[in-house]
Amino acid sequence: MASADSSDRYLPSTVRKPVKILVVGAFGVGKTTLIGSVSEIVPLRTEETMTAVSAGVDDLAGLEHKTTTTVAMDFGRITIGEEVVLYLFGAPGQRRFWGLWDGLADGAVGALVVVDTRRLENSFEVLDQLEVYKQGLPFAVAINRFPDTLHHGRDELRQALDLLPETPIVHCDARDRQSSLDALIMLTEHSLSRCE
Amino acid sequence: MSDDDGYRDRAVRPYVVTAGRARPSRNIIRPETLLVATDGDRPLPVSASREERALLRMCRRLLSLAEAAAHLDLPVSVVAVVASDLVDAGRLAARSGTPVTAAPDRKILEEVLNGLRRLK
Repeated sequence: MASADSSDRYLPSTVRKPVKILVVGAFGVGKTTLIGSVSEIVPLRTEETMTAVSAGVDDLAGLEHKTTTTVAMDFGRITIGEEVVLYLFGAPGQRRFWGLWDGLADGAVGALVVVDTRRLENSFEVLDQLEVYKQGLPFAVAINRFPDTLHHGRDELRQALDLLPETPIVHCDARDRQSSLDALIMLTEHSLSRCE
Repeated sequence: MSDDDGYRDRAVRPYVVTAGRARPSRNIIRPETLLVATDGDRPLPVSASREERALLRMCRRLLSLAEAAAHLDLPVSVVAVVASDLVDAGRLAARSGTPVTAAPDRKILEEVLNGLRRLK
């Protein structure tokens, strides 16, 4: 287990302020890709198990059965100063999963919602959850550009996603470090503007 | 990456290692909370669990709860309980960036923003 380079995993001892941004979105929208493009460590994964009564698509002829499922959270890290480290937690969009990781949303800078325009409707639930989130977690939308994505203007997408006027939206390429950083900067600026 | 965040069935009962507890004894522990052993050389009592020993060893230098959990291949919720016990016992120190339940203040948001801009 103790590999030769395991000492690389540790933070400088001067770091005392961990902060975090949630990277949320439907399955397969590129959350882990975005995290990996800016993280100083290879993204790590943790898993939680949850027991749930299956419903909807899992139902077989109306039979309910309990299933234990594993929900994964990938995350990365950026040390951004002597004292500050930023964690990027990729979490499933549906807020019911956030409870799996105690305190995941508490104290976050905000949430970056990654959206795939080819499956826009998959993002609706995520956005609904964030807009009604009681603690008012600031969020911004990053439209992940896939190779076969048709280009839609920001205003068009804002309308299609029914975003509030104050919610920032940006196009990005989750594979590209600069582009992902731009999206994170936009979110942080938004959080700062709400912090009066 | 579409398979990366899916579900997978697993027949494990992680709460055996936490004596059935799903919540840590203190609420200062979050996934990003930084942990470091206070006195790594002092042996734990013989009654200490395998997970307590493994976590203390993992945290001989500074690391977040989520990272420790990932490296130990244990759920964050389980490691939060174990970490909390070790904090209570004075063996682990925990560092949190923002007070519990509070949003980050302006000063720390500015530090994050400047830090991100410097990376560009």
